Amino acid sequence: MDLPLFYFLVLGFCIFMYVCLDGFDLGIGILYPWFDKPGERDHLMLSISHVWDGNETWLVMGGALLYGIFPAAYAGLLSILYIPLMLMLFSLIFRGVAFEYRFKSDRSRPYWDFAFSAGSAVAAFCQGLVLGTIVQGIPEGSEAMSSLHWITPFTIFTGFAVMAGYAMLAACYLYMKSRGVIQAHAAKLAKVLLIMVMIAMAVVSIWTVLTQPEIKARWFSDSHFLFLAPLPIFCAIAAFVSWKDLHNHRHESRPFWCGILLFLLGLAGLVVSVFPYLIPRQLTLWQAASPTTSLQFLLPGVCIFIPVICIYTLWGYRVFAGKVEDYQEGY
Amino acid sequence: MCCPTPSRLLFYLGITMEHFDSAMLSRIQFAFTVSFHIIFPSITIGLATLIAIWEGLWLKTHDPRYLQLAKFWIKPFAITFGMGVVGGIVMSYEFGTNFSKFSEIAGPVLGPLLAYEVLTAFFLEAGFLGVMLFGWQRVGRKVHFVSTLVVAIGTWISSTWIMAANSWMQTPQGYKMVDGVFHVDNWMQVIFNPSFPIRLTHMFLASMITASLLVAGVSAFYLLKKKHMNFSKKGLSMTMWMLLVLTILQVKVGDESGLEVKEHQPAKLAAIEGIWEAQESEVPLLLFAMPNMETEENDYALGIPHLGSLILTHTMDGSVTGLKAFPKEDRPYVPLIFWSFRVMVGLGMGMVAIALAALVLRRKGRLYENKWFLRAVTFFTPMGVVATIAGWYVAEVGRQPWVVYNLVRTADVVSPLPAERVLFSLTMFGVIYFLLSLVYLYFMRKLIRKGPPKMATLEKHLIGMNAPGYALAWVKNLKHEDHEGEK
Repeated sequence: MDLPLFYFLVLGFCIFMYVCLDGFDLGIGILYPWFDKPGERDHLMLSISHVWDGNETWLVMGGALLYGIFPAAYAGLLSILYIPLMLMLFSLIFRGVAFEYRFKSDRSRPYWDFAFSAGSAVAAFCQGLVLGTIVQGIPEGSEAMSSLHWITPFTIFTGFAVMAGYAMLAACYLYMKSRGVIQAHAAKLAKVLLIMVMIAMAVVSIWTVLTQPEIKARWFSDSHFLFLAPLPIFCAIAAFVSWKDLHNHRHESRPFWCGILLFLLGLAGLVVSVFPYLIPRQLTLWQAASPTTSLQFLLPGVCIFIPVICIYTLWGYRVFAGKVEDYQEGY
Repeated sequence: MCCPTPSRLLFYLGITMEHFDSAMLSRIQFAFTVSFHIIFPSITIGLATLIAIWEGLWLKTHDPRYLQLAKFWIKPFAITFGMGVVGGIVMSYEFGTNFSKFSEIAGPVLGPLLAYEVLTAFFLEAGFLGVMLFGWQRVGRKVHFVSTLVVAIGTWISSTWIMAANSWMQTPQGYKMVDGVFHVDNWMQVIFNPSFPIRLTHMFLASMITASLLVAGVSAFYLLKKKHMNFSKKGLSMTMWMLLVLTILQVKVGDESGLEVKEHQPAKLAAIEGIWEAQESEVPLLLFAMPNMETEENDYALGIPHLGSLILTHTMDGSVTGLKAFPKEDRPYVPLIFWSFRVMVGLGMGMVAIALAALVLRRKGRLYENKWFLRAVTFFTPMGVVATIAGWYVAEVGRQPWVVYNLVRTADVVSPLPAERVLFSLTMFGVIYFLLSLVYLYFMRKLIRKGPPKMATLEKHLIGMNAPGYALAWVKNLKHEDHEGEK
């Protein structure tokens, strides 16, 4: 089997897990300004305080996998994206410590609320910048490290798009984990955000096709579009189902799963557009791969532990299944 | 220009950007962020183990005192763990952002080791941490104990992988170079490299000692203040027994570690001991000296004759390789190593003394009363952390100028970033980490002032009952009443 390709899929899986899981808990921070009645913010925080650490571990996993399996891509991408990644790390620091300190604070609570909310928002925005930079391509050679190509109208737009996406996931998650007023509020927000996300997805798609001839060729040459058409169609269906559920209060968890599906389809679209490059038009996954001994060494680890991790992560979620109101506060 | 920019400020201080190219700044940034990071894991590895021990003892003996210990220390553990997590995420990206060439050539060796660390340890810790912290009423008490134990085991596994990776950089083997990139031929040799077993043991013991000192110090502080007496007596007594075993073991392991360094990294050893002559026999043990890199000798040296030889070679006049045997460009920065080592060993000796004093006082039945002893223990609360950092400086600064010993120079593998970008991130890290350490200390103080949960409250908590929603609501009411009552 083609090991680099296998690991590319594993990496894709890790990124997918990361954007879904940390997506909804970063999104909770982005939604913070819209929940300011007494107790609402405690509720938001309690809905994710037992899982955020595990969610963020997928980001570390992605980093470590890129380091071990595609070291050339890890070295290239990370040094080129120095500033957005550093900003993301600073923001993650603030929001991460806010979890612990907020519950133990009295007077300083508003500051922790701000650290959590701003940290989450900036981290999501920076991830959008990184995504946009990868899609639009990176200048070659040594000037790549000193230029500011990661900040363009396109990357700023993807930054806000990722924020909207995470906030939508978070609103659907809240819808699933709450009752009463908070649930109704979450549903209202989720509907608005769903529309924003659908518009953002359409704009990014059209923008990319118009500005990137290689990506346009990938989607529209030969009969490719015939095979790729299901992606946008499924997106529309997922969005429609989610909207109906939120609107009629029919199903509490389905909007969340529809949101996940939207992310999966978006990621698939991204892979279709840039495959087989890790740094577009510069470095393919085969060029970036580690020597075979390294790929083989990690193989049993990935095959055994990723399923095991998924199982106990699921168990962790099940321990705290149900509505937030039913948890004991703190510890 | 009214407001001084950072570079302008540095200019006033007589430091210009020529001194600080992006390579130097990246190295300072890495040293700073990793020094900050190591504080927290070195506490949590030991503290998770202690909490698991207490919870296990509680299950076995049904003595609620153990539960009280576990429930109190789980809060400092949680904030320490949180700090470790956020600092750790930075580390996992900094190799690529600041040392891109190093990532490219050593990624095939170190990357898989770190990936295994994430797969076998980080997820394990994170997955069970939620249940450990928040699951007291959601799972049965045995399941809760298992979760705590798994978190503790996760911290050990994590340190095993990271020590394997770091030790490989100290004593590399099992590789071949192909086009300037490390290719592994034998993973067993990579993981079980010569310095790995001893360095791992040294670090384990250091973490256990660090956590024990923290618990002992806080208990001693309470005893001095005559607060939470029974709780503190239990904590102090247990940790003093542990320290007695751990510190004496650590002396032995530290000595072994020195012999290992002498064999594989003679330049580091020479720097530790401040030995300059190419071959020196009858080496004294220097207690004080100012190693001078320019004149290649020690100023104001004060030493004990023959003792250096005895410790390093286990004979009275064994000879040791000195720094002059190495070209100047291959020598590490001696004063920092020399002094870090003395800080570590000095504190280590202090810890042994405390453990022995505890034994004597216990015999006399005055362990909980002797003011001077309790003050000394309180003073040593953070000293495990200080000694651990000092030890890491010896290990890592001693490895310089190499990043992979004798193979790759640190200066050659730094990302060619514009210096002002690194200056920006370094400044941010400086400010953020400074604020965070203040906040961390503030909350630690707050938790310590608040003290352990009352036994009566603990009994009402329905711990390990796997309580359904309505029972929890009932407990909440109880707690509320409790709170009102306390006021």
